[in-house]
Amino acid sequence: MGGPETDLVSVKIVVGGGFGVGKTTFVGSVSEIMPLTTEAVMTAASADVDDLSAVPDKTTTTVAMDFGRVSLDSELILYLFGTPGQHRFWFMWDDLVKGAIGAVVLVDTRRLADCFAAVDYFEELGLPFVVGVNGFHGEFQYGVEDIREALSISAHVPIVECDARSRESTKQVLITLVQHAMSVHMAAAGPGGS
Amino acid sequence: MDRGGHYGAGSGGVPRWDDASRQQPQEQDASSLVRPYAVTGGRVKPRYDLAIEALVTAAPYPPRDVSMLTPEYRAIMDLCRSARSVAEVSALLRLPLGVARVLVADMALEGLLRLHQSRPAGTQPDLRLLERVLSGLRKL
Repeated sequence: MGGPETDLVSVKIVVGGGFGVGKTTFVGSVSEIMPLTTEAVMTAASADVDDLSAVPDKTTTTVAMDFGRVSLDSELILYLFGTPGQHRFWFMWDDLVKGAIGAVVLVDTRRLADCFAAVDYFEELGLPFVVGVNGFHGEFQYGVEDIREALSISAHVPIVECDARSRESTKQVLITLVQHAMSVHMAAAGPGGS
Repeated sequence: MDRGGHYGAGSGGVPRWDDASRQQPQEQDASSLVRPYAVTGGRVKPRYDLAIEALVTAAPYPPRDVSMLTPEYRAIMDLCRSARSVAEVSALLRLPLGVARVLVADMALEGLLRLHQSRPAGTQPDLRLLERVLSGLRKL
């Protein structure tokens, strides 16, 4: 029998940010498959599962999420999930975020406010995250510290400039996130922990 | 004929699709698989908690004759000859995520799929796994 396959393991990283900031481009730059779209249909029937109190009527709403896949070794697969852009679909985010390594919040400096919701959300949840400043055509109008101040992001959260179209750049952002998640883990474990 | 009506076609609305598919298994177009929550028997909650990234593979020796399974089950079995996540099952078979989750959980319970969820859904990866992810990313 196929013994080793029982050791298969998957992990996920969430990519947040405002609509049109380049989340799917970011995911696609490193994914081994064309980004796929999964849809969650929210109907009245699921009202007991998720908190729909923010949704006025019992309607059917479809929330779409794009995601990609990266095989990191023969038994380890990383999934990258783009969050649905609309802020009111928090329930969808909860589902996505549970068990994630962490999140990348992509920022377009021309529309800084678009990422506030994502930053607030990950902060509140205590999920490790990094901010990726997506420079279109290599233009970075603001310095990293200006952005940190504008978003009131605490000093320990990494902010990195990136190009969502570039595989190498995306890879570096993901490495920064995983390193950050590891340091958060170690800090939480305390001096005696491992 | 009223072309605008979503449900207008059925005279009497008898759900013959189910019976037909049981008696004569045949190749189905993927788009016909979208039948939210009818294929799950109306259930919206999976029998156990599955992460959207949880991996499944088709059981090498399924306990039932695969050709007798419903089109959804067979499509999932085919897809999962190589490892797929619940999210991929949903996206590639155009099933809403909640439906894919229920079906995958049912199939795992029936022994048709092997579930590779090494840690409970919602548990964050430990340091050792993070180190593996890091080294994998560096080698990309």
